[in-house]
Amino acid sequence: MEAVNLLSSNRYTEKQIGYLFISVLVNSNSELIRLINNAIKNDLASRNPTFMGLALHCIANVGSREMAEAFAGEIPKILVAGDTMDSVKQSAALCLLRLYRTSPDLVPMGDWTSRVVHLLNDQHLGVVTAATSLITTLAQKNPEEFKTSVSLAVSRLSRIVTSASTDLQDYTYYFVPAPWLSVKLLRLLQCYPPPEDPAVRGRLTECLETILNKAQEPPKSKKVQHSNAKNAVLFEAISLIIHHDSEPSLLVRACGQLGQFLQHRETNLRYLALESMCALAGSEFSHDAVKTHIDTVINALKTERDVSVRQRAVDLLYAMCDRSNAQQIVAEMLSYLETADYSIREEIVLKVAILAEKYAVDYTWYVDTILNLIRIAGDYVSEEVWYRVIQIVINRDDVQGYAAKTVFEALQAPACHENLVKVGGYILGEFGNLIAGDPRSSPLIQFHLLHSKFHLCSVPTRALLLSTYIKFVNLFPEVKTTIQDVLRSDSQLKNADVELQQRAVEYLRLSTVASTDILATVLEEMPPFPERESSILAKLKKKKGPNTVTDLEEAKRERSADVNGGPEPAPASAASTPSPSADLLGLGAAPPAPAGPPPSSGGLLVDVFSDSPSAVAPLAPGSEDNFARFVCKNNGVLFENQLLQIGLKSEFRQNLGRMFIFYGNKTSTQFLNFTPTLICSDDLQMNLSLQTKPVDPTVDGGAQVQQVVNIECVSDFTEAPVLNIQFRYGGTFQNVSVKLPITLNKFFQPTEMASQDFFQRWKQLSNPQQEVQNIFKAKHPMDTEITKAKIIGFGSALLEEVDPNPANFVGAGIIHTRTTQIGCLLRLEPNLQAQMYRLTLRTSKETVSQRLCELLSVFLHLCCVSSFPCCK
Amino acid sequence: MQFMLLFSRQGKLRLQKWYVPLSDKEKKKITRELVQTVLARKPKMCSFLEWRDLKIVYKRYASLYFCCAIEDQDNELITLEIIHRYVELLDKYFGSVCELDIIFNFEKAYFILDEFLLGGEVQETSKKNVLKAIEQADLLQEKTENIDLSKSFIGCKPAY
Repeated sequence: MEAVNLLSSNRYTEKQIGYLFISVLVNSNSELIRLINNAIKNDLASRNPTFMGLALHCIANVGSREMAEAFAGEIPKILVAGDTMDSVKQSAALCLLRLYRTSPDLVPMGDWTSRVVHLLNDQHLGVVTAATSLITTLAQKNPEEFKTSVSLAVSRLSRIVTSASTDLQDYTYYFVPAPWLSVKLLRLLQCYPPPEDPAVRGRLTECLETILNKAQEPPKSKKVQHSNAKNAVLFEAISLIIHHDSEPSLLVRACGQLGQFLQHRETNLRYLALESMCALAGSEFSHDAVKTHIDTVINALKTERDVSVRQRAVDLLYAMCDRSNAQQIVAEMLSYLETADYSIREEIVLKVAILAEKYAVDYTWYVDTILNLIRIAGDYVSEEVWYRVIQIVINRDDVQGYAAKTVFEALQAPACHENLVKVGGYILGEFGNLIAGDPRSSPLIQFHLLHSKFHLCSVPTRALLLSTYIKFVNLFPEVKTTIQDVLRSDSQLKNADVELQQRAVEYLRLSTVASTDILATVLEEMPPFPERESSILAKLKKKKGPNTVTDLEEAKRERSADVNGGPEPAPASAASTPSPSADLLGLGAAPPAPAGPPPSSGGLLVDVFSDSPSAVAPLAPGSEDNFARFVCKNNGVLFENQLLQIGLKSEFRQNLGRMFIFYGNKTSTQFLNFTPTLICSDDLQMNLSLQTKPVDPTVDGGAQVQQVVNIECVSDFTEAPVLNIQFRYGGTFQNVSVKLPITLNKFFQPTEMASQDFFQRWKQLSNPQQEVQNIFKAKHPMDTEITKAKIIGFGSALLEEVDPNPANFVGAGIIHTRTTQIGCLLRLEPNLQAQMYRLTLRTSKETVSQRLCELLSVFLHLCCVSSFPCCK
Repeated sequence: MQFMLLFSRQGKLRLQKWYVPLSDKEKKKITRELVQTVLARKPKMCSFLEWRDLKIVYKRYASLYFCCAIEDQDNELITLEIIHRYVELLDKYFGSVCELDIIFNFEKAYFILDEFLLGGEVQETSKKNVLKAIEQADLLQEKTENIDLSKSFIGCKPAY
């Protein structure tokens, strides 16, 4: 409070101390802001440049939203007024920049913008420096409005680079003319494509050539400041050349220059050269030129003492890799991995895995590489990596025999990593027969080899090995008894872990009951996996993303594991129910449970004579709310009363889905005549195909039965199917109906796109029928992270930095149906003051827009319940 | 630029300037993390490092570390020279600056920084212009102080 009094003082000292206090100690949310704003307003109006300067500095330092509200209209006027002092103009420009960064929506565009652009022509270089920063930031968001700045920037730049080192007096820094301004102008030009006007374009090319030429001249000073300033401009120029990506000769020259820096004695320059070259490798014009430096880069990987420089070298090797040099680069990365710092190992592992797959000509090489990878850095090999090997081995039959032989050999090592056991177990289980002819790898030897690792492994791996064993029973009848003995042992049958116990029991039973034919069908070789984007690549992309939203990242990762998933659902999903983890074998819906008695005619008679109304019950209360919750989740409890619990597990891929419905009898009495029925309206039947088999009509007390529903989305649909369950409990007839949460958004696949693409498509879908909008009040606090998680959970991709207003959320995705694919764009604009949301959906089909808008609106209304998976 | 930190070799924070709104807790956490990271680096290592999604540029002058956090597209070398120019400005103003000058005249260090950098961007690169602005302010300050003195001699101010 005292500080605020000081602000209103007319004495300079007091005012200055007051401002200092506020700048340093008051954070932008303080309540004092309103009082402070008043004092600032007076100073801004004082026409005393010193006071105005102090006030502007204060605004720039605090930069809160309240300040933006109070001054965002005033400052542009000060900035472009003819009689404003230069120093005040400078402060005003940067002050406005700060406000624009905090609250872009509060800074009005208008007449002043064109006059700001002309500040690039100002005589005072300080004013130009400050204005360039402002223009760059504004131009990024409003490129059209500031288009004229390009030619002005080029001519200014040209004047600077051609000036003699003394021309600019105090703006020359260690013999380099105006380095800061040059860098800023080059940055500004990176907001735009190459200039269209040939004269401007020619002049810019000249400038860039001059900058490249100067790099070759002998230094004018031995001071490091001279070379730093000069090279700062050079690197920025190279960034611009890469950004334009249109002048092959400049690109190649830039590459040559960077090549020289790769061997410079300054660590800083080597670091930056590696970094810039990474970008150059992406251009088709300079990719080959970059490749010529491969030996230098490999050498850097081996000899650099600084881990951050080595990291850059790894990045560059990754960027310059193609079919011609993949073997060399992968080999070098693998050998580096043995000594690499722990902090970057995981990333290198991912990179090696991706390169090995992408550029594999010979898949035996790929298999060798990945096994090496596991041997060298097993701990850093994530699930995705070994899933992927298996996918590839299964999909390519030319490599299967080799893979089996190689893993068999690798498993001989006395100590091998658990990941190797997983890959080995899986591959031998599928293709062990291909090497069984060799007496050195006979079935029994294979089995003993795997089993020798069994006790050292974690539960999920052991579960996987049990599946391998049952596959062996099918592949090699001669080891059947040995394996049955293992399964029968107490350590399996009475294992404390439910999953292991269940597998042991089921597999043992399967191997005794089933005939060879059935066994062969059930345990058939896995079918090829559908081709899809490598999940490893997705993981690497994610790793590179900002770490600030780790929770969200986690959520995304889980999702992507679902979508791109490995060859099997994680067996670790602690399943107390007859869970789909039996899927490991590809058994899917056919668990080898002993078949129940066939529905007897007596059962039918009871039905006929029962006085039960066979009409469908009205929807259970509360089911509507529960339904909304399932919009974004696939698993959970759908319905529960004193008698019955209905749980769901479902997965969706493209236009197909599968839902497991679990009916749990909560009582100790049998349910009789248990009949669940799926009811679809005629409309719905045409658009959504559901297939299921009837379940056992008796459900024992405390027991649970499972029903599988296969789902196909034929065309877009609005309604949801109803699940009606009728059964007899004691003497009473029970009738329950719930909506089954199969909603259109389940067939959503996220699509990433850049800002430009997004808005281009957005404009294409501007037909009034294609857009549906809903404005509604937020029922819960408007938390950004939760909203983001909800949009991702909804199934669309969340596109960051696409909307000019960072408060808005935009998303994109594709709805898959049998007949068509429908592209969808969505935009959610929160209004914090009014606590309202505006949701806009644009898709190529009216009904889809309508339905998605409804679903998402309802879902946004829900509070973040703890059971909601993507909020955790 | 997102923020600038000055700290001593012992890890004591001497000056901090934040150009993005962050909570105090967050600021403390960042400071602690960065001071540790930077102090752990050896002298011959490069002056840039990646940290979270930012780039850190740092340089050591005598016992003081100057450390700036910039964004992905920002230029590292020119940031290094921003640090150097700031050191030059301090040096010129204090006459061969040392850590103690910054501790005892921290307000001057902030004023100089404000004249040079504003909102995280370079405002004025000319050494002369920056120092002129500071000198003018100092002059004003003296003037007001003199008036205060003369007033108290005449006895206009009530005795405390």
